[in-house]
Amino acid sequence: MTTETHRDDLASKTGMWLFLFTEMLLFGGLFVVYSVYRYRNSVAFHLAAHELSVFIGTVNTIILLISSSTIAMSVTAIQKKNKKLALLLLGITVILGLAFLVNKYFEWGEHIKNHIYPGSSVLALRGHGDVLFYGLYFFMTGLHALHIIIGLIFIGFVTVKIYRDKINYDNYVLLENSGLYWHLVDLIWIFLFPLFYLIT
Amino acid sequence: MSTQQEDAEPSYLNYKGRYKGIFSWILSTDHKRIALLYLYSILTFFAIGATLGLLMKFELIAPGKTIMDAQTYNAFFTLHGIIMIFAVVIPGLPAVFGNFLLPIMIGAKDVAFPKINLLSWYLYVTGVSLVLISQFAGQGPPDTGWTFYAPYSFRTSSTMLPAVFGAFVLGFSSILTGLNFLVTIHRMRAPGMTWLKMPLFPWTLYATGWVQLLATPIIGITLLMIVAERTLHIGFFDPTLGGDPLLYQHLFWTYSHPAVYIMILPAMGAISEIITAFSHKTIFGYKFMVASVLAIAFVGYFVWGHHMFTSGMSGTALYTFSLLTFLVAIPSAIKVFNWISTMHQGSIDLQTPFYWAMAFIFVFMIGGFSGLILGSLAANVHLHNTHFVVAHFHFIVFGGTGFAFFGAMHYWFPKIPGKMYDTKWANIGLVIFFIGFITLYGPMFYLGFKGMPRRYYDYDEIFHAGNIISTMGSWVLYSGLAIIIINLFSSLRNGAKAPSDPWGGKTLEWTIPSPPPVENFEEIPVITKGPYDYN
Repeated sequence: MTTETHRDDLASKTGMWLFLFTEMLLFGGLFVVYSVYRYRNSVAFHLAAHELSVFIGTVNTIILLISSSTIAMSVTAIQKKNKKLALLLLGITVILGLAFLVNKYFEWGEHIKNHIYPGSSVLALRGHGDVLFYGLYFFMTGLHALHIIIGLIFIGFVTVKIYRDKINYDNYVLLENSGLYWHLVDLIWIFLFPLFYLIT
Repeated sequence: MSTQQEDAEPSYLNYKGRYKGIFSWILSTDHKRIALLYLYSILTFFAIGATLGLLMKFELIAPGKTIMDAQTYNAFFTLHGIIMIFAVVIPGLPAVFGNFLLPIMIGAKDVAFPKINLLSWYLYVTGVSLVLISQFAGQGPPDTGWTFYAPYSFRTSSTMLPAVFGAFVLGFSSILTGLNFLVTIHRMRAPGMTWLKMPLFPWTLYATGWVQLLATPIIGITLLMIVAERTLHIGFFDPTLGGDPLLYQHLFWTYSHPAVYIMILPAMGAISEIITAFSHKTIFGYKFMVASVLAIAFVGYFVWGHHMFTSGMSGTALYTFSLLTFLVAIPSAIKVFNWISTMHQGSIDLQTPFYWAMAFIFVFMIGGFSGLILGSLAANVHLHNTHFVVAHFHFIVFGGTGFAFFGAMHYWFPKIPGKMYDTKWANIGLVIFFIGFITLYGPMFYLGFKGMPRRYYDYDEIFHAGNIISTMGSWVLYSGLAIIIINLFSSLRNGAKAPSDPWGGKTLEWTIPSPPPVENFEEIPVITKGPYDYN
């Protein structure tokens, strides 16, 4: 048990960056699987991608991009000792994150209503390419949505700490780290969006 | 926190913190206490794994069913593999000796993230518990082998989910340990300790940290895909749904080959420390040692294909993976040459840890050379999936990492509980263990070469003689192991008090009292010389 509290913001940030590397590699494995199956089933992937709603995808992309900028702005707000603004910006970030999930819910719901989900017999009849495309779609966007949820919990935790002045203009590395995590979640979506919605 | 006026610096063992009794251990964020938590849990799981191995060898003493049927044997080698790989050898040296010694050897008071360090132990215990739950729940214990090969891992009716998810959690624990060490080394070295003044054990932990960080997520996602395959029938690796089982093998070995370097690099680091200390001479070619550690870690990422020579790959892929496999032998050989050169003209003090280091070099070389035989394409086709492979990786994983682990245990034992051990019994234990090791695994090379396949509970009559020798070896090995462990435990009670530097070592852990005080250093040392300053 260390008897003296030792604070090293650079170490915390380095640790966060290293953790983000592992997250990238986690999704990296899935990107490898995606590229192999896209190469083998290019026609089926092409046709299946047409069925996704580019509109919802675009809206969600814009939502995440804005939420990334609001969380970055909240770091600046804290640095400028503006606690109220920081809390407001984090609140907007959380609302945008929730909006993303709501869109995702309706998007998934639409697919499931049409019997398009892993293991469905309707999907199985459409051939291997479609099975793999939708399998990857649900798994990758699902894992990404899980990261959104974890990110929202993280940001909620940080918000409470700011509210209680545990995070302030002098000690805000946790806020920066939650921002870094949120940017990564955003970044992964930036790759998922073209892979599933745009490349047809 | 607590201020004890009468005793200015209590040792980490006697420290009275916020919690009492067992909680002062399982809630402690002191890297030394966490190291001991790991040590005791790893020894427990090692005992389970070794007993499973002993029983499997007993089954193989004669053809046909001896003590267990085929399904039980399959479950045994699966559990033996999962426990030994994920719960013993991968965390072994980093989580025990790395945790205990890394901060001390670089002149720090703790690791960078003490709470995450404790979290990683909890994840470790959770992971192993999940694996053990799979033994007793549902449709019977997993029977796929520790490799969880597709499509069997999602077709078998045995309880796979807790085991696969347990391995995922163990991977997460390993990532956090690696991440913690990387940040600790980057940020917390004592003033004056430049990169090239850092001892070799921390250097190997540094390289290991990168491998843990960059390779483990791949197995994490692969195991999650297996979970999804079993629960949701997604079709990633299922040929009936268009998936490709070979892709599973690629992803699996993309992690699991670098994992071999997670196991062996810290072992090499510990051996470097032991050889320098007992030769009383600076390590030969320090910079080459550092470079070879980094080279092994780097090249180790690109050799996974050699596990799949007979699985079906293009000719170009086969040649490339074979060539790269040979390349990785070069830095390993540099290390062996440098260890030998360190001893040259040193004043060697023949003590138990040094004997362990000698035994390590011997078995590691046999393991390494047999690896080259397996790395050559033509020989591999003949030897793939035979007992030759089993012999090879036990010489590397048990002979390499295991010997280094026990060597490290005998080297740093005076520092950890602050007691000396009985050298006579330690040496007797080592000799019996060594004889048992060679008798157990040596004949497997011959049996494999003759064509005895691995992972069967039964074999043809022509393999009988070799198997009898091998099984008898397992008894000798187990007795040696018992002597070593019992000796160390009885020394905890009866051993004489250890001085701060019993071996004449020069690295920082020997400058502080044994056992170390809570804060390691009264004053953070300022480093002006290289790590092995014997002149």
